Amino acid sequence: MPTPPAPLFQASHLRKRYGDTTVVDDLSFEIAPGECLGVIGPNGAGKTTTIRMCLGLTAPDDGHIEALGGLRMPQDARAIKAQLGVVSQFDSLDPDFSCAENLVVYARYFGIAKRDMAAQVPRLLEFAALSHKADAKPGDLSGGMRRRLSLARALVNDPKLLMLDEPTTGLDPQARHLMWERLQRLLQEGKSILLTTHFMDEAERLCSRLLVLDHGRKIAEGRPRDLIAQHLEPHVVEVYGNGANGQDRSHGTQALADSPLKALAARVETSGETVFFYTQDARPLLDALARHDGLRIFHRPANLEDLFLKLTGRQIREDG
Amino acid sequence: MSTPTAAAPATPQRPALPSVWRPPQLTRRWWPVFLRNLLVWRKLALPSLIGNIAEPLIWLVAFGYGMGALVGQVTVDGTQVPYILFLASGSICMSAMNAASFEALYSAFSRMHVQKTWDGIMNAPVGLDDVVLAEMLWAGFKAIFTATAILFVMLALNISHSPKLIVAWFVLIGVGITFSCIALIFNALAKGYDFFTYYFTLFMTPMMFLSGVFFPLEQLPGVVRAISNWLPLTNAVALVRPLFMDQWPSDVLRHVAVLAAYAVVAFWAALAFTRKRFRT
Repeated sequence: MPTPPAPLFQASHLRKRYGDTTVVDDLSFEIAPGECLGVIGPNGAGKTTTIRMCLGLTAPDDGHIEALGGLRMPQDARAIKAQLGVVSQFDSLDPDFSCAENLVVYARYFGIAKRDMAAQVPRLLEFAALSHKADAKPGDLSGGMRRRLSLARALVNDPKLLMLDEPTTGLDPQARHLMWERLQRLLQEGKSILLTTHFMDEAERLCSRLLVLDHGRKIAEGRPRDLIAQHLEPHVVEVYGNGANGQDRSHGTQALADSPLKALAARVETSGETVFFYTQDARPLLDALARHDGLRIFHRPANLEDLFLKLTGRQIREDG
Repeated sequence: MSTPTAAAPATPQRPALPSVWRPPQLTRRWWPVFLRNLLVWRKLALPSLIGNIAEPLIWLVAFGYGMGALVGQVTVDGTQVPYILFLASGSICMSAMNAASFEALYSAFSRMHVQKTWDGIMNAPVGLDDVVLAEMLWAGFKAIFTATAILFVMLALNISHSPKLIVAWFVLIGVGITFSCIALIFNALAKGYDFFTYYFTLFMTPMMFLSGVFFPLEQLPGVVRAISNWLPLTNAVALVRPLFMDQWPSDVLRHVAVLAAYAVVAFWAALAFTRKRFRT
């Protein structure tokens, strides 16, 4: 059996406390060359702190990080960052510079001279679909354009590994799809990506492997499809409770969830006015539901969002 | 190979975080950060120059000629000098101080906290120490740029034409650096722009009046003079004023040492507080 390639990035037993709160707790993960590792978790799960430790911006209380063939974080932070591209959660573009200038100025921080960027800048702007905005300032760009400029800026040093903290948060679907298309292109070029996201379709689409965090701990890890198969029944039937029980609306959904229908599903969850039936075989359930009047029924395959909610719960987080 | 010690249960121990007071780790990567500030400023250099020198010149003209007419001559170390010369030599130090302070407070804070420019830079292979050094030197540069412009106006007004003004120019570089180091401490501690008001009203404004910029220190009571002798601006004025009068300053070593001590200690403290700010 061929040995798997040595990991590009390896975090072992990371732990970080702020006061009495443990923000990251015994977290270990690896990123293989060419892989896109997704980190998902509710707000406050420790995603951003993990990225900050990976970037050497904050030191872990315990554990260690090794990258790019024996370099250690934070001791070798500069050597590691020379081969890293970063898009942080909030834009840090220079508002006083044009798009092209932003790239040139940022490249200097890597020791790349302006003349060496002459050919790169048009190429990067084209990659970011911003060729027509070369002279525009970030303030004149849309949210999606700014994020793509941030991505282009993270590529000035032709990095091996990209760390992207919620790269599509706040973007409209068009801008998000364009970002996904660009990230897929980078993966095809052989780059590796560490990505945090709140969008399960994004995680499913881009990530070869996922890390589910909650309360600073790793609660699941694996390929998206495998995780779904491992933790969930393949079918989900959502029943909207409006009129689910005509006589007593206030107990409508609960009545449905507690009815004999329950026996037809492996697991039943209620959230507000909606009942979720998780089942291996949806047919008998759908037939039974068809006999009820006034229900709105939605049958779909189980997805990553179901997995996420099953693992981390449906309750809203304090800062969510 | 396993040894008996390796088999012993590992005691969980937290590796001590490196002290924020560790020595500065400086490299040449401060330069692209300095250059970034220069390139931004170049876009608005002319309006900014007018803003920077207009106020000190209004002070100079209003006080120098207005008060000067009342005061006439002032005695400095036994030499009679016109009040306008007395004021010009003090106020140019004050201008260097103000220019450095504004840049290292308001502008640096914008880059550090509001625009997150520093965060972006530190995602590249540039350390925080280099960023702080770049900001310090940049504020020093702004100070000497402003002071140079004022110096030219003073030459044009024929306030002084001592060849020793060249030496004064080098002293003013040091003055700018010193005050930019001090201001960066307050930048590191600030939660918002409002915090800087304290720095200006509690530190800069009193110092302006206690450092011999507007009137000779001999007029102050003994206790106040004792304090004044250790203020950075007093030592700056003590070096620059004689050079404007075409004389060599006395106690050069003491004045330079006081300024240098302020600069070194303040830079170290600013670095420590900034590291602390960025540690979490």
